[in-house]
Amino acid sequence: MFISGVIYAMRDEAHKRFSYMIIKKEKLPFNLRGQVIYYVGPAPTPEGKVIGSAGPTSSYRMDPYTPQLLDKGLKATIGKGQRDKSVIDSMVKNKAVYLVAVGGAAVLISKTIKSSKVIAFNELGHEAVRELEVENFPCIVANDIYGNDIFIQGVNEWKR
Amino acid sequence: MREIKTTDVTQAVKNLCIEANYSIGSDIKERIKHFSETEGSETGKEILSVILENYDLAEKERMAVCQDTGAAVFFVRIGQDVHITGGNFYNAINEGVRLGYEEGCLRKSIIKDPVFKRLNTKDNTPAIIHTRIVSGKELEITMMPKGSGAENMSEVRMLRANDGLKEIKSFVIEKIKVAGGKPCPPIIVGVGVGGNFERCAILSKIALLRETGKPNGDPNWAQVEKDLLEEINRLGIGPQGLGGTTTAIGVHILVEPCHIACLPVAVNIQCHANRHKTVKL
Ligand code: SF4
Repeated sequence: MFISGVIYAMRDEAHKRFSYMIIKKEKLPFNLRGQVIYYVGPAPTPEGKVIGSAGPTSSYRMDPYTPQLLDKGLKATIGKGQRDKSVIDSMVKNKAVYLVAVGGAAVLISKTIKSSKVIAFNELGHEAVRELEVENFPCIVANDIYGNDIFIQGVNEWKR
Repeated sequence: MREIKTTDVTQAVKNLCIEANYSIGSDIKERIKHFSETEGSETGKEILSVILENYDLAEKERMAVCQDTGAAVFFVRIGQDVHITGGNFYNAINEGVRLGYEEGCLRKSIIKDPVFKRLNTKDNTPAIIHTRIVSGKELEITMMPKGSGAENMSEVRMLRANDGLKEIKSFVIEKIKVAGGKPCPPIIVGVGVGGNFERCAILSKIALLRETGKPNGDPNWAQVEKDLLEEINRLGIGPQGLGGTTTAIGVHILVEPCHIACLPVAVNIQCHANRHKTVKL
């Protein structure tokens, strides 16, 4: 599938902070309801380009925080690699999905990003929260709202 | 004595950092092409072709193949008849990293203290430098940007001295199964056998530098590599862990003597973006 529109880039440290802010009932840098988060820490932007190489990072490191964000209305996350059961259960409960992008296809993916703007935690450098406008961003559904898991199903299909 | 100036080392290191991150070896490309012919899953085939396309695009656009441009790992072979002049050798390497990561728009991912504050050093230093004194008057520097996705799936284990091949194999398979899609398969598996606790870890990383898919020089270990590769590819993990027949494109084992009461084994997982470049001064 291909995504076009606005998605938000954030990874480890920003998740930690979001989690803390949710517990403290503070206002988040953007409203999570109905939004998509892409787990990425892009390379610095070369001159004349919109963004540097920008492939997905491993999602499991965000697992401890994801259910909290899903409860706040987050609809989809994009990363690479399998997720914890707690995240999968929360996705079923909140009717959200997990998508994977191809890890290590960072230049190809960067071409689908049409604009990039830091909206929070600028001091975190590549770990800052970014608002990305994407066009035909390629990804694959890994976990749907019914609890299907492509990582388990795919492996079972090809195990010899 | 042959003199080599630290300024030349810095310049060489700077170029290595950039080139290693922009262009992937032809051995990797050939291996991926080879495996995509037999890949059973359509999605898997598609992913492999996306990966190949990305390599070409990175070279053409002069951009990093992957945004995780890694920790800067160096393997240096210093000829004993070389005299480094004009400053400290390690500082010269770190300066090259600093310049290369800045000029090449490579991501700086090193933090000063792994636990407290986790502040980024902002120039991707310090580099991790392994040096070896060899005979001759050449200086050979290999740079390997090692991303964390795959590194995190690696482990050193002290097996029992008599455990033998069966346990070595099951350790490797266990690590790959647990890793699943996390290290961006297809992967290359570096295995260090022997040495001691720290030496086998280094061996497992040096093993990754071998031309991918080139069999081990020792026929016994070549057979083990072949068997392991087949077994890994029967696990079904496939490209990116979404299912398929291409989980690994190479298993490289490096063996060294060890203590009679030991069997140290290290598994260093490497993603398909197996980046490394070497220069001789
Ligand atoms: S595991 Fe390799 S390909 Fe995947 S994100 Fe890390 S460095 Fe890039």
